[in-house]
Amino acid sequence: MEKRVTFKGWLLPLLLLLPQVIITAVFFFYPAGQAIYQSLFIPDPFGLSMRFVGLGNFEFLLSDPYYRASFVTTAVFSILVTVVSMGAALYLAVLADRLIKGSGTYRTLLIWPYAVAPAVAGVLWMFMFNTRVGVVSWYLGLLGYDWNHVLNEGEAMGLVVVASAWGRVSYNFLFFLAGLQAIPRSVIEAAAIDGAHFWTRFRTIVFPLLSPTTFFLLVVNIVYAFFETFGVIHTITAGGPQQATTILVYKVYADGFVGQDLGSSAAQSVILLLVVGLLTIIQFKFIERRVHY
Amino acid sequence: MATLTLTSVKKSFGPTEVIHGVDIDIAEGEFIVIVGPSGCGKSTLLRMVAGLETVSGGTIAIDGRTVNDVEPMDRDIAMVFQNYALYPHMSVFENMAYGLKIAKTPKAEIDARVAVAAKMLQLEPYLQRKPRELSGGQRQRVAMGRAIVRKPSVFLFDEPLSNLDAKLRVQMRLEIKALQKELGITSLYVTHDQVEAMTLADRMIVMNAGRADQIGTPLDVYENPATEFVAGFIGSPATNFFSPSAAFGRAPTVARIGVRPEHAQLAAPGQGRAQGKLLFAEALGAETLLHIRLNTGEMFTLRQDGTAPVPVEGADCGIDWPAERELDFDAEGRRLP
Ligand SMILES: Nc1ncnc2c1ncn2[C@@H]1O[C@H](COP(=O)(O)OP(=O)(O)OP(=O)(O)O)[C@@H](O)[C@H]1O
Ligand SMILES: [Mg+2]
Repeated sequence: MEKRVTFKGWLLPLLLLLPQVIITAVFFFYPAGQAIYQSLFIPDPFGLSMRFVGLGNFEFLLSDPYYRASFVTTAVFSILVTVVSMGAALYLAVLADRLIKGSGTYRTLLIWPYAVAPAVAGVLWMFMFNTRVGVVSWYLGLLGYDWNHVLNEGEAMGLVVVASAWGRVSYNFLFFLAGLQAIPRSVIEAAAIDGAHFWTRFRTIVFPLLSPTTFFLLVVNIVYAFFETFGVIHTITAGGPQQATTILVYKVYADGFVGQDLGSSAAQSVILLLVVGLLTIIQFKFIERRVHY
Repeated sequence: MATLTLTSVKKSFGPTEVIHGVDIDIAEGEFIVIVGPSGCGKSTLLRMVAGLETVSGGTIAIDGRTVNDVEPMDRDIAMVFQNYALYPHMSVFENMAYGLKIAKTPKAEIDARVAVAAKMLQLEPYLQRKPRELSGGQRQRVAMGRAIVRKPSVFLFDEPLSNLDAKLRVQMRLEIKALQKELGITSLYVTHDQVEAMTLADRMIVMNAGRADQIGTPLDVYENPATEFVAGFIGSPATNFFSPSAAFGRAPTVARIGVRPEHAQLAAPGQGRAQGKLLFAEALGAETLLHIRLNTGEMFTLRQDGTAPVPVEGADCGIDWPAERELDFDAEGRRLP
């Protein structure tokens, strides 16, 4: 028979749950409710009264070329961050897996960037690439390349992508390395004897066997790129130049707090809420059927 | 089909040498079994032949070609692993076809060869299944099939049966033997099970701590063990060893005497070549094992027919054996003539 821990009465369990419930309520349910509520109104410029507009904010948003552009920017940004951070992590994990001996030190060193807060990472990269005092831009200057992410949209995007991806490499690396080490050595050896050279083995054996890890990381990294890169963008480009690096999350902030268009900002939050909900569902569906092969 | 020649093959891991020089000449189509206790270097030797470990000294030649620096894929060998090492994400068919696909074999020929192997191994109903949907014995067959379809010149087996239950092990043992006879492919087979070694081998290599103590046919190894280790390792129940003081009239060079339980018989007390007291008897039906404490304090196991009379426990008894069955060893464990 299954033995379950039960409480007598309901006061203690309630008390134990309360902190989490309060935190969730104050920092999630209340703001989410407010966002949904406000997304249905347009406040007057002085914030003294609100006019009910139904889904007007959403209609306006979806026909707004700037908002659509931000969608595209977000897609490009997320894909680049995910590909760069996962690609780099996988490459490093494959290297580390080959020399298992050194991987202890390697692993410890690689986890460091993960401990750096996005905003701090942003500042770090911003200084390295600063057009006037940055180390990297100075060296690029020596090589005859005039780096200026403040004016050049492509360079701005590249910089925020690299800065965002950098912080994720260590996290992805750990998962990839664990995944690689879970593949039995003899399977790889059998493939070698069967005639497969390194790249063929990677393509036909290693990568397919890593697919559960890869899929998990894909979802996690997209969520990260969507929502947690605010600090990086805010410190490095503040969404510019023009709108080149204004991803959806940044636009919520820019329109709401800078532009004071609270109705539209709230509507954008609601759309993001739906996106994150969708990603969460995908992830849970995946966790239910863990094994793919 | 090919010959396989090992010439003073050595292996070190860092500063520790684990294989101290093994020599053997394997003829075409021969079935060679490497047997020895855990950690004696059987797998290491096999993996060097496979190209999965580098060779620290000596040479390995397949069909006269030295392969020390040849990659595993270019040695024309196939290997069956202890844990089968099937590709978990591929069906049975894909597992068997993998090597052929990489070799860019035409599709029709792949289908034909896999079909033949599947029929031979009774795997036809399972071709579309994944390895995790198979029993241990079936997985073992798939591993065999993967080796067969490539028609390699040498088969390597690393304890392929050790994950199976006793009954299946006997059955698969017979199947492997039959298959090897039919295909006639030179085979090197590693096991720590002496019964497997005795039944499968054309010739066997008895390994002891990184050395080949003896190479010979199973019967030769059983009848004429070259060292004390071999005498003790091959045969069940194990050979009895005791000091010459338990018997009379041995040359001073004899340090240990070995007598197999099945070669000794009871004699009247005071008669025979050694004396002792019966501690207890194990009646196994067809045979009875008598555990006797010799006068020197050493233990002696004697095997006799299940129908033969058994003395009461604690009784004095004499032990006798034919002179030509006695195995004498020097202080280094080498056999004396
Ligand atoms: N990669 C390695 N690094 C260092 N030592 C090793 C390595 N592989 C094997 N050894 C050592 O070499 C010796 C022989 O190992 P091997 O695996 O060949 O034994 P084995 O005869 O196959 O034993 P078993 O029957 O247990 O499989 C052992 O003492 C082992 O500790
Ligand atoms: Mg072994």
